[in-house]
Amino acid sequence: MSRRKTERLLNLVICLLATGRPLSAEQIRQAVPGYDRDGDEAFQRMFERDKNELREIGIPIDVVRDPWEDEPGYRIERESYELPEITLEPDEAAVLGLAAQVWQRASLAEAASGALLKLRAGGVATDQPVGGSIGASIGGGALELRVDTRDPAFPALWNAVRDRRVVRFDYRGAGSESVRSRTVEPWGVVSRRGRWYLAGYDRDREAPRAFRVSRITGQVTAVGKAGAVEVPEGLDLRAMVGFPDEPADERVAVVRVRQGACEGLRRLARAVHPGTDGWDEAELAFTDPERLAGWMASLGADVEVVEPPDAREAVIRRLKGAIA
Amino acid sequence: MSGSADRLPRLLALVPYLMSHPGAQVDEVAAVFGLSEKQLIDDLQLVWMCGLPGHTPGDLIDVSWDGGEILIDNADTIARPLRLGIDEASALLVALRVLSATPELAAGEGASDALPRVMAKLERAAGEGAATVSSQVAVDVDAAPDALPRVREGLTRGRRLSLRYYVPGRDEVTPREVDPMRVVVVDGRAYLEGWCYRAEAMRLFRLDRVLGVDVLDVPADPPAEAEPIDVTRGVFRPSPTDELVELEVSAAGRWVAEYYPCEEVTELGEGRLRVTLRARDEDWILKLALRLGDTGRVVSPPEMAETVRQEAERALARYAHQS
Repeated sequence: MSRRKTERLLNLVICLLATGRPLSAEQIRQAVPGYDRDGDEAFQRMFERDKNELREIGIPIDVVRDPWEDEPGYRIERESYELPEITLEPDEAAVLGLAAQVWQRASLAEAASGALLKLRAGGVATDQPVGGSIGASIGGGALELRVDTRDPAFPALWNAVRDRRVVRFDYRGAGSESVRSRTVEPWGVVSRRGRWYLAGYDRDREAPRAFRVSRITGQVTAVGKAGAVEVPEGLDLRAMVGFPDEPADERVAVVRVRQGACEGLRRLARAVHPGTDGWDEAELAFTDPERLAGWMASLGADVEVVEPPDAREAVIRRLKGAIA
Repeated sequence: MSGSADRLPRLLALVPYLMSHPGAQVDEVAAVFGLSEKQLIDDLQLVWMCGLPGHTPGDLIDVSWDGGEILIDNADTIARPLRLGIDEASALLVALRVLSATPELAAGEGASDALPRVMAKLERAAGEGAATVSSQVAVDVDAAPDALPRVREGLTRGRRLSLRYYVPGRDEVTPREVDPMRVVVVDGRAYLEGWCYRAEAMRLFRLDRVLGVDVLDVPADPPAEAEPIDVTRGVFRPSPTDELVELEVSAAGRWVAEYYPCEEVTELGEGRLRVTLRARDEDWILKLALRLGDTGRVVSPPEMAETVRQEAERALARYAHQS
């Protein structure tokens, strides 16, 4: 944006805020420097663009249509423009300062620091270092909290959630060999251990579904109008993404473990019975034999799954696969 | 915020900032807005050219920065900042929710009740839209690990810690002496950051892998070169000197590319991938390849592929001869 344009827009904002009654385009043209020299059509185009740019950065421009006038009038209502009065206690300001650093990637990190800047401009003192009251409580001025949104699809999904717009994207299900197009009414996004999920209503399957954002391939396209998505009342996003609080039915595997090896396994075992032949016997709780088999195979010749047979077979299959 | 497209929003925050901080210094304000002093003065000069219609000297905004002290006058129309956009407010609200989901970390005595207060104030200032959007974003945080209270004690008292730390890559527990410096929570997981005397370097220790902590009667005294680790690009960052390993995985093995930072990922069709990643140590790759079984294989280096084959054969031999 050129310097001249920035000046014009700033003058436009001041003009529209200062005016008591709505101003017609022509009156604005006279009042705001930078418009006067252009021809009528050029001015109209320029003024349209300027209004759009102001709206894009969140400036509410009222259009007032008076039945007695041919031309609409414009103004900015002070109450809808201004940040409401907000005062924060020092401990609140410290918490907010910490929150503003949480996001790691451009879009949300910029939004958070933009918000903080506005609050500071409004006189909120958030400029204590992070070592404010929170830091002190954890000790030594030392806590950093980060959430990453590295998936390329994330910004588009965030926008869709915000604007309540239906999205379409190509998606590869877990372990699937093919990519399929999905049309989804987005209800929300959930992060767990650094992985983001989109929860929503899958129009193709006609059912609520969760999607791992990293498995979206290519562009996310918004389809239809903003505001079209209805988020169900009382929706539990986390539950939709499927994090049961209690593990499912547990089974127990018996595993022979070489003595002096497999620290991690011993730590997680329900019991370890020492043996005399250089091998101990451990009991491991598990739910999914394939997951257990992956873990046991990774330990190579230091373990042997004795039972149950399905887990034992799964380990043998994996090891054979590693040889082939 | 130094790009020219951001300039108008910046000016609309700068003016109120200067109004609410009369006499602020050029260098301080430049730092707050992430600008050089030259850029800031350029902004001030621009503001000085603007004002109410009429644009007589009495209509224009009056700014001076004599001796580095900024004074602003005649800018009442834009004395308040623009209200928060939905993105801005919800970015903060979601972040605050993440903090409140981490009570053991964020909350000391004061912070735990500051959180709901600041969220309520922010929601009021931001309006309904932002509150609704922020409720559509959830960030799940792991429960506080057992080691946290002791680690926190070490931090507050400034004491060296003795850790028993489990290293899954090598599947062993190692003793460490660490001068604690920070707790870092990345993507819902808590880490201790500190100077590790064994590595003679700054290290991050995942708290749920700390099997035991003792607070030593030695003051923490990290060397001057102990700089915080930049976690903005993730915690697991292999060194550029680690060996490059190439794997081919089937659709069922694609999770590798999702879990580990890869140097290169190539689609091979039918959901198969070729991934190139840096191996922190050989043992880690061996374990990964065995775990993958028939869903992936090491392509290079060939010696690594051979090691995997041999270990798989040794393991399989146990199943052939026993039970």
